[in-house]
Amino acid sequence: MKITLTVNATDYPLDVEPRRILADVLREDCRLTGTHLGCEHGVCGACTVLVDGEAVRSCLMLAVQCDGRSVRTVEGLAGADGGPHPLQRAFSAEHALQCGFCTPGFLMLAAGALDADPDLAEHPERVDSLVGSNLCRCTGYAPIRRAILRAAEEQQRLDLQA
Amino acid sequence: MKPPVFDYVAPRSVRETVDALGDPGRTAAVIAGGQSLLLEMHLWRRRPDLVVDVNRVAGLDGLGVDGGSLRVGALVRHAAFEAPQAVPGPLGTLFQQAVTNIAHPPIRARGTLVGSLAWAHPASEWCAVALALDADLTLRDSDGARQVPARDYFQGPHRTARRPRELITSVRFPLLSDDTGVAFIEHRRTHFCFATVAVSATLTVRDGVITGSRIGLVNASDRPVRALAAEQSLLGAEIADDLYHRAGRAAAEQDAAPVAEPFADPGYKRQAVAVLVGRALRRAAADQRSRAAGRTEGLR
Repeated sequence: MKITLTVNATDYPLDVEPRRILADVLREDCRLTGTHLGCEHGVCGACTVLVDGEAVRSCLMLAVQCDGRSVRTVEGLAGADGGPHPLQRAFSAEHALQCGFCTPGFLMLAAGALDADPDLAEHPERVDSLVGSNLCRCTGYAPIRRAILRAAEEQQRLDLQA
Repeated sequence: MKPPVFDYVAPRSVRETVDALGDPGRTAAVIAGGQSLLLEMHLWRRRPDLVVDVNRVAGLDGLGVDGGSLRVGALVRHAAFEAPQAVPGPLGTLFQQAVTNIAHPPIRARGTLVGSLAWAHPASEWCAVALALDADLTLRDSDGARQVPARDYFQGPHRTARRPRELITSVRFPLLSDDTGVAFIEHRRTHFCFATVAVSATLTVRDGVITGSRIGLVNASDRPVRALAAEQSLLGAEIADDLYHRAGRAAAEQDAAPVAEPFADPGYKRQAVAVLVGRALRRAAADQRSRAAGRTEGLR
């Protein structure tokens, strides 16, 4: 089936079988291997990407379902100058990763939440329920929570200045 | 594993959808959120010839009140019910308490309430809520539409009154009156697990007397359960704390028919039902009191 995926603002005209999941097409056809596949059961969240701005499991979506839709992966987080996204800087500053396998999923989960919720910095409980979406076996979650809150606070400061 | 080979169509209208489902030569599956279906297809437990994607069908995403009921279209995502104002009155509070127990935000952003009813998992929160509240489903095929009340709809694990060629276009929940208190409580092993047991409860009180109660049990049988014996034990009684304990015992001993699962044998589940029903009713009673106090406050 012929589809067009718009990934990180680049159009990818593709010919894919309906049985192929979005995560595999991103990795194998678009060659964007930043999106990781852990369980392929929708449990671990390593494959989380944004589809039309919303964080979803790319193992539980078919690529053909995303025809004409806009997908954002971890490769699309960097700014126009190629520098890291505020979330990436915060993850680094707070030591929010060790092995790094889950990190792209957590970053996209948090990126979706930051875009949707400008008041996230004032609601740590929302961050708690958010990080419960994905599995991390290294950090114990506390550094990930701190990193997301740190990025949310930075975004809030920038919003106030603007 | 990866899903087996299938054909895929993404119709734009309900008519095209039911025509696709009516193809007698093929086993079709409807995909809305797909958060359960795709998992089952990964595991090759479901192997449809044809996947009919309804996400581009116009008019299935409606959520609104008309008459005395809430109408939920087939494409309304779980996440829609997290907003406090999504559904008016006590029904909205119940939905909000129930929905936060369903998986986690990315799953709730895709999965749908109607999809949960179609899937009919015994541990589904929405199925027990729909049964307890006498929801009404609208099913459509190429010959027309029919209404099926929830009490006739659930027939077993993943077994329902839906015929393979039918699409559930919407479900209606009667709104709850202002003198009704609600609670939803779930017990599960970890944040990531399905419900071991959960309880949806409503309690309607007039002049200190219980005039109505609707209790739904999640994962207390091979299908959702309405705890009629527990409800019966409450009707006409004056509000008192020991009532809730008795109702919990009735639900556990007469209404529940638990199926053994790893880490939860039937005896354990009965005990959990007894405790949770009692707890949910106490919380519903407190909710009812605070609503009544709020109304009095409003009158001053």
